[in-house]
Amino acid sequence: MNGIKDLLRALHGDEEHLAKEFVAVADRHRTEHEVHHVAVDLAAWSREHTRRIADTAQAYDLDLDPLDEPHVGLLSTIGRKTAEAVGRHPEPALLLLRDLRDLHLAASGNSLYWEMLAQAGQATKDEALLDVATRCHPQTLRQMRWTNTMIKTLSPQALASLR
Amino acid sequence: MEPSVDRIAYPWGSRTPYGRHEAWPTRVDAYLAEGVEPEKVDRWVQAASILHSDGDAMDIAVVGNRMVGVRGRATDRVNHGRLGPKDLFGWQANGSADRLTRPLIRRDGRLVECGWDTAMDRVVSRSRALLDEHGPGSLGFYTSGQLFLEEYYTLAVLARAGIGTNHLDGNTRLCTATAGEALKESFGCDGQPGCYDDFDHADVIALFGHNIAETQPVQWMRILDRLEGAAPPLLVCVDPRPTQVARRSAVHLAPRVGTNVALMNALLHEIIRTDRVDHEYIEAHTVGYEELTEQVRKCSPEWAAGICDVPAARIAEAAEILGNADQLTSTVLQGFYQSHQATAAAVQVNNLHLLRGMLGRPGAGVLQMNGQPTAENTRECGANGDLPGFRNWENAAHVADLAKVWNVEPSAIPHYAPPTHAMQMFRYAEQGSIRMLWISGTNPAVSLSELSRIRSILTQERLFVVVQDLFLTESAQLADVVLPAATWGEKTGTFTNADRTVHLSEKAVDPPGEARPDLEVFLDYATRMDFRDKDDGLLVKWDDPESAFEAWKRCSVGHPCDYTGITYDKLRGGSGVQWPCNDEAPDGTERLYRDGIAWAHPDLCESYGKDLVTGAADSVVEYRSLNPDGKAIVKAAPYLPPHEEPSPEYPFQLTTGRTIYHFHTRTKTGRAPQLNAAAPDVWVEISAGDAEARDLHEGDLVEVTTPRGALRGRLRVTGLRTGLLFVPFHYGYWDTPAGHGPDGDTPSRAANETTVTDWDPVSKQPLFKTAAAALTLVRRGDGATAPAPTTTASAPVRSGAVPATAGGPGAYASQVPGGLPSPDTQEGGIR
Repeated sequence: MNGIKDLLRALHGDEEHLAKEFVAVADRHRTEHEVHHVAVDLAAWSREHTRRIADTAQAYDLDLDPLDEPHVGLLSTIGRKTAEAVGRHPEPALLLLRDLRDLHLAASGNSLYWEMLAQAGQATKDEALLDVATRCHPQTLRQMRWTNTMIKTLSPQALASLR
Repeated sequence: MEPSVDRIAYPWGSRTPYGRHEAWPTRVDAYLAEGVEPEKVDRWVQAASILHSDGDAMDIAVVGNRMVGVRGRATDRVNHGRLGPKDLFGWQANGSADRLTRPLIRRDGRLVECGWDTAMDRVVSRSRALLDEHGPGSLGFYTSGQLFLEEYYTLAVLARAGIGTNHLDGNTRLCTATAGEALKESFGCDGQPGCYDDFDHADVIALFGHNIAETQPVQWMRILDRLEGAAPPLLVCVDPRPTQVARRSAVHLAPRVGTNVALMNALLHEIIRTDRVDHEYIEAHTVGYEELTEQVRKCSPEWAAGICDVPAARIAEAAEILGNADQLTSTVLQGFYQSHQATAAAVQVNNLHLLRGMLGRPGAGVLQMNGQPTAENTRECGANGDLPGFRNWENAAHVADLAKVWNVEPSAIPHYAPPTHAMQMFRYAEQGSIRMLWISGTNPAVSLSELSRIRSILTQERLFVVVQDLFLTESAQLADVVLPAATWGEKTGTFTNADRTVHLSEKAVDPPGEARPDLEVFLDYATRMDFRDKDDGLLVKWDDPESAFEAWKRCSVGHPCDYTGITYDKLRGGSGVQWPCNDEAPDGTERLYRDGIAWAHPDLCESYGKDLVTGAADSVVEYRSLNPDGKAIVKAAPYLPPHEEPSPEYPFQLTTGRTIYHFHTRTKTGRAPQLNAAAPDVWVEISAGDAEARDLHEGDLVEVTTPRGALRGRLRVTGLRTGLLFVPFHYGYWDTPAGHGPDGDTPSRAANETTVTDWDPVSKQPLFKTAAAALTLVRRGDGATAPAPTTTASAPVRSGAVPATAGGPGAYASQVPGGLPSPDTQEGGIR
């Protein structure tokens, strides 16, 4: 069962990381209003995932910290001012594409972990594992679909018209 | 019935009661300028209303080359002769002394008059230079919900296939984007399911965030007439304000703004719990029911009560009425569309009708309303962030078909990403990648959110701004080129109302000076740019309104908005006609989805759908597996808390909205004396409880502040929900010394100084109705009163506390009940 413990620990860490990254991207791209608002909403999903993983992990004698502090509103003043000051410049459009790509890759990594966890749950007949994976994995896929949609929407202008 | 009535004091005129399933009696309303007798009128010219989305048919009275009044058309299916206050008085703005009569260009920082050649040369040379240096993505077009079909279609062709830009949208983004999106999400395709005649048959009419009394006053007259007739309908109203609709409702729910999804989920929970579900309909015509059942399983009225701050018992009572209805008609408007989780909430109203099998028959219909008179055409012609004819930009066959109609290569039509929505276009302009913005028939410097940002975008040196309008609006004052446009009554064209009724609106008088119809301006631009098709023929092959209409018909063949059975001649004389109108339905189509869902098949649908929370696009593969047979999609959504909630610093919720007497940024209604006098300046509404707690009173001058900005207005104490402030959005700066924005001497008065830049991720409609604000007293009223009407949702909580709104002798309009509608009643109408 050590594999499952490692998996829970790794996924917990990566969901925590993704939650923080969504908030960081929201902060960095405050002048990209849709990205800002939706990224804050999506960070909440990853935070919720860390809570559920922490709950599930107790059965494996794992004490994982739930990431329960909403980071919204704690956006750094410096970050905000920077975002507003650079809002008029074209480079952030390219930075945004890179950030969205990083988010997508991070979410894909989590998606594969959820896949593993669901398989582990089936193989060990652990309903709790299967249940947490069934609940959370669809939201991870939605995070991926969102980053993909935004990249598809924003790339043409950022790459072809910023000259 | 009184032969005439003050239509400012009594906006809805007198009653002509009628019973359920009976025909709505005719009442012909007319207003002629003082001193003009009906027999002095030279001619009556057919038109329809351009100041809201109802599509009230009317005739314009002309003496010489001068408009002198209007009269409702008794024969028309929409209004049966009636007109609203804006219809009766708004036409006077056409004759204003400050109409633009010559083009203007910016020279040494100032706008100076010039000829059309000079102005158009400047637009064309900038367009060419940008195309050469930066490509088509550097040009954007932001149009309106008030031009005519022929104009939108021409603009869509020249922008999408001529320039080759993806950046074309209408200000319909602000009023109707969620209606279109909600229909796409539920039915796979845009297209209004119901029609206004459903009001004649319904036993329950539910209005979701729709103050119909002020937005479509003529349909409110219809509902009022039914309320006074036999077997009146029960009304259910969801609105945080004490609207006239709320006052006449069996149940009025006034939720905290931003919580519509929670409320809707609780209503659906009750419908399912009490098994008021039409399982046969669900089985035959829908997919996704189980997911909805799961989503709303825990959404009890008690749960929603805590979120919405509405008593659980009232929610249950509303659900009981909705569940017991045997002919349910629902309407949805800005209270849902401009609020948090806009599309998700509007879709739940569609779900209510799908669950109850209330579609496609008389009295059983949903009306996802439009705000503006020609918003429907912006949508169907592809001038609103969609491809023409409700084609799917992700479906290669649809794009190929459009390319064939236009005789261009499919690659000439940008379809690699969704057509750019208005909010994103302004972002691109802010960022510097859009370098020319051509604004036609709209006034973003007052109507978009967070105005200080919009002004700073429009005044950038690197952005070339063209504004095409009737007046030197706030936006026009910031432009590099201003093109004087002709308007309604000065040009011919068609437009379509919220229930798919197409009307012809004919030229009655010449435009002032050198002002030109928008169609002529677009055609002139296409000629000067020399846009070509793939055989080197002209891309835009038409040269007047009727030939443009015929070209559009070819583009609409076989699509839901099929116009092929309509001609200008067919629209002359009688009633408007509802699309689809073709060989199979030569007289038009009253209701869509009579025999199941028609346009949701994966090969036909306009959209494969989106995630209702994130706005992420579903793929064709997912859509095909979910909905292989093209049924309606029951789409569930969880409630999410609003993005901006009250705090100690900003303790109030703030919502914006309209009044019956004004339209948009008052460019026309502020120039019609009766309408202007009825609501001459901005005001702030507060609840009685909040006013008392803060020792504030009617007429006090207050300041409303949000993190974006502030505005000042006089206070009106009303019966709106506690914790909420309301500000009308109509007021800008054109009639102040400052001109286009606040300055040292002119305090802020535009509601949008305070609104947040946030939009629904699904429909991309801006959220004007979910913000947090602070309120401070600037100066005691000392007997002054707020310049707010007393006849509407703005009525003071204590009647008699302020003078009643009235128009006086100059606002009397005739009203003649004319029996059942027939062509014969028209002529004798106003005698």
